[in-house]
Amino acid sequence: MTSTVKRDLPEMTFSPELEGRFTKLLTNYPPGRERSAVVPMLLYAQDEIGSVTQELVEEVARRCKVTPLQVDEVIGYYSMLHRKPLGKYHVQVCTNIACQAVGGEELYEHASKQLGLGNKQVSNDGLISIEEVECMGACSWAPAIQINYDFHHSVTPERFDQLMAALRDGTYKKAY
Amino acid sequence: MRFNEPSPLEVRVISQRFDLPNPASIDTYLANDGYVAIKKVLEMTPEAIVEELKVSSLRGRGGAGFPTGMKWSFVPRNTGKPTYVICNSDESEPGTCKDRLLMENDPHQLIEGMMIAGWTIKSNKGYIFIRGEYRYLIEIVEKAIEEAYARGILGKNIFGSGWDFDVYAHTGAGAYECGEESALLESLEGRRGVPRLKPPFPAVVGAFQSPTILNNCETFASIPVIFRNGGQWYADLGTPKNGGTRLMCVSGHVNKPGVYELPMGFPMMRLINEVCGGMRNGKNLKAVIPGGSSAPVLKADECTDILLDFDSLAKAKTMAGSGGLVVLDEDTDIVAVALRTIKFYAHESCGWCIPCREGTAWLKKVLTRFHEGGGLESDIDLIGELASNMLGRTFCALGDAAAMPTGGFITKFREEFEAYLQKSRSAKTPAAQELALV
Repeated sequence: MTSTVKRDLPEMTFSPELEGRFTKLLTNYPPGRERSAVVPMLLYAQDEIGSVTQELVEEVARRCKVTPLQVDEVIGYYSMLHRKPLGKYHVQVCTNIACQAVGGEELYEHASKQLGLGNKQVSNDGLISIEEVECMGACSWAPAIQINYDFHHSVTPERFDQLMAALRDGTYKKAY
Repeated sequence: MRFNEPSPLEVRVISQRFDLPNPASIDTYLANDGYVAIKKVLEMTPEAIVEELKVSSLRGRGGAGFPTGMKWSFVPRNTGKPTYVICNSDESEPGTCKDRLLMENDPHQLIEGMMIAGWTIKSNKGYIFIRGEYRYLIEIVEKAIEEAYARGILGKNIFGSGWDFDVYAHTGAGAYECGEESALLESLEGRRGVPRLKPPFPAVVGAFQSPTILNNCETFASIPVIFRNGGQWYADLGTPKNGGTRLMCVSGHVNKPGVYELPMGFPMMRLINEVCGGMRNGKNLKAVIPGGSSAPVLKADECTDILLDFDSLAKAKTMAGSGGLVVLDEDTDIVAVALRTIKFYAHESCGWCIPCREGTAWLKKVLTRFHEGGGLESDIDLIGELASNMLGRTFCALGDAAAMPTGGFITKFREEFEAYLQKSRSAKTPAAQELALV
């Protein structure tokens, strides 16, 4: 369904790599089903530009041949999409039952206290944000956290502090 | 990578390549019986394929345990519509971390399973719906798909059959409900993951409103070996009507939590004591949540003779579910577990239907107030009543998944809830009326 609404925001372009991904993405789905690309496009673009801006909503709508409303209406549903930027490093701490059993809630309390941040709050320098999240699929290796998309298993409060220090002094490395 | 030591008691069927060097590479797969089953299947009729699956008694590994052969037989042919194969890799059931290992260590096995499904219904397109948080796995799966195309295994005229099959990875963006098959299909179309009215089921009206085979990641991963070694061979590994093996994910208070591949029907206490090294710190077992958080809890004394297959656990009024076992010791605060469980469902409720949206919200409020010391005597029965009024009345199974475990905790651990009341009375905490339900 094409839109007849006049759009005031300029068209966006992304990095060459992302443009390539989006071009391919639109060919993945059956003819006339470009709308299927909306959620993947929003998520991948958010990774690049920091948050889902109104500009991005309009751009995704244009590329996926839907109205801006049809893009807008999915954003509140998907918990990984956010309209405001989070930290450069978004730290997600699981407190669901498998992690809770081995100290996940205490880990989140520790994280919140150490960083001086509440749920989904961002540090003043924009470096770190935290979120209390649901099960991330690391139950047998709990307590687990994610830093952006990186998994960290068996995280103790001490290990957590080491990771935060590494984020700050630039020595952070993925675990796997 | 495995992330935990293997156990000598494992029966390595779908995890047999996990410890090989470069396990995800197509060369490793081809050197280890890879893409052999699909060649056999290309000589078989759809009826014969479905029959072999029925003999195998493979049942859905996502949680519902529906017989896979029967599910595939429901897809109508000659409707004139294109057909689709959808892999549910949305793995979000608390306690479950197995599809992660399958995608990380054997993505080609998954691809081959989908190809077999594709040939059965003459589908030309398959999608692997992977939860958004599993970005590194999406990258691994996309690389495997690329490798398969490069070797001419995916794409046009597969192994000279004249049949084309394309596979794509598709990312979610954070929503447990998108693991529900019809909500997944909505999300795949670019919408909010709100479930569809069923019937019609995805077999008839599925992806893009067309006939679809939709199965869990582990279910697809189990398909190639069934056609290499035979359905009866697979069935014989397990118990009657519960064939094969599954990846059991153990978490909680055991010495060796981990993911272990074991035959269906493996005794629960052997899993805890022999495979997982028993309870940690010498503590006693209090409870086991046997199949992800949606499965009603079992008390320690109910676990003695439990076999881990779909029928045995159903008989015990719980479920084998997703294969995620959370093992809890004597020091566990069951009320805290019940609260965290309902918080999860209240958070993840898609909001579409009143009994779930309001039911999970009210259960969370009452349990929160209870946990904070403001509970009323009548709250215990109120919680049980709220939960039982949700059962069977919600638009999809998430409502049941919230209600059944909550009912289970209240019924089986009533004394712990009553102890909370005692605690709050003796501590002279504010009366319930003063603790507003927020």
